[in-house]
Amino acid sequence: MIPDVTQVGVEQLLTVVQGLAEEGCRLVSITGVDAGDAFELLYHFDRELRLTHLRVRLPKGQELPSISRIYFCAFVPENELQDFFGIRVANPVIDYGGHMLLARESPETPLVKRERPEGAER
Amino acid sequence: MPGQSVIPFGPQHPVFPEPLQLRLVMKEERVLEAVPALGYMHRGLEKLAETKDYAQNVFLMERVCGICSFMHSLCYCQALEDLMGIEVPPRARYLRTIWAELGRLQSHHLWLGLLADAFGFESLFMECWKNREIVMDLCEATTGNRVIISGNAVGGCRRDLEPSVLKEIGRRMDDLERGLDRVAPVFQDDPLIKQRTVGTGIITREEVIRLGAVGPVLRASGVAQDMRQLGYAAYGELDFRPVVETGGDSYSRLMARLGETYQAIDLVRQALRRIPEGEVLPKVKGRPEGEAVSRVEQPRGELLYYVRATGKPQLDRVRVRTPTLSNIPPLVRMLEGCRLSDVPVIALSIDSCVSCTER
Repeated sequence: MIPDVTQVGVEQLLTVVQGLAEEGCRLVSITGVDAGDAFELLYHFDRELRLTHLRVRLPKGQELPSISRIYFCAFVPENELQDFFGIRVANPVIDYGGHMLLARESPETPLVKRERPEGAER
Repeated sequence: MPGQSVIPFGPQHPVFPEPLQLRLVMKEERVLEAVPALGYMHRGLEKLAETKDYAQNVFLMERVCGICSFMHSLCYCQALEDLMGIEVPPRARYLRTIWAELGRLQSHHLWLGLLADAFGFESLFMECWKNREIVMDLCEATTGNRVIISGNAVGGCRRDLEPSVLKEIGRRMDDLERGLDRVAPVFQDDPLIKQRTVGTGIITREEVIRLGAVGPVLRASGVAQDMRQLGYAAYGELDFRPVVETGGDSYSRLMARLGETYQAIDLVRQALRRIPEGEVLPKVKGRPEGEAVSRVEQPRGELLYYVRATGKPQLDRVRVRTPTLSNIPPLVRMLEGCRLSDVPVIALSIDSCVSCTER
């Protein structure tokens, strides 16, 4: 349903993002989704009002390379991923250690799906 | 480091209506680095949205923020309408445009008042908020509510407006424009305001793109980008061009918002002239399945919703990316190298909305 989605491997991410930065794209945000055995990450970019997306499948437990050395502003959504999904992001320019929005006493990784109805497919 | 000190700016500060902290690393009177600290009012609304059905979520999304309540429900409904293949009736698209611009008018007036207050211009502050009351009264007259006006539903609008009410909106736009004419010259020409805003918090065109800025922050640095150019609601049928300034400083951001306030009055008038007759809320059938992205132009800039559904009433994921989240990294850059005395006005110049940001 979303047009202009490109599937990208974790190992290619920095190269592809560097290319988009050189083309003058604006990083809009990064969206995380718990897809069972992995996280699906959508990197949204804008160029002259046209959205393009990179879809990255990150196996649970694997570290995510930070794009914040390319796009400084990425430290905000990357820290959200750390807060809400417990994804370890490698060395973002500002690292809140999983507590950018969540307080110390908040429930941990609230957007990780812990219960799934029987027979649910994903 | 020797000679450096850290000053916590906020979370409670007169220029911040909501809690936000900037940890300022200072060398004498200059800011070397600003590190934002968030998390004072996170409410877990994205998590809560996974537990409600898609229609109930309209009410939840309206409560992400009071100032831009209507824009949140609009953006959310557009994502659902895209997923479910729903055609919104033309009259509903125009009503959405009118309420969206009323929201922009009250938000920009609120910010103009806060800026005046930050300078110590009490009369100007009260004049701006007196004008804002015209819009708040219209919200109440058209929906029964001043803040969370609850105008949207998936598929259209929850309410229709009588011709006499539409006429009254037009009449009150004249009053609002006269009120704005009284305060605009002060913002434009007052030497004290210019002294505190011209040349402060400068950010270039290249930087705003690279730093992901949105809204008036982006446009005040010369980038003619506004989500209303996408033509959602009725914007595609109205005469609309983004308000652009080129200075990239606090004064340019002020002028961009002032220009957009006049423009919002014009857009309401255009929509009132062209609104067609017809239904406003068709019956919606089926359940959403798939994923969709929706964007609208909030008063503070681009708002993005990502929605993912699996054919159940509850949604699998609702992601909300608010404009202030995107304008915090540019603020960090604006503050580097500025004087401590300029921090309040520069911080105010991005018009932060922490309620949205922390959701």
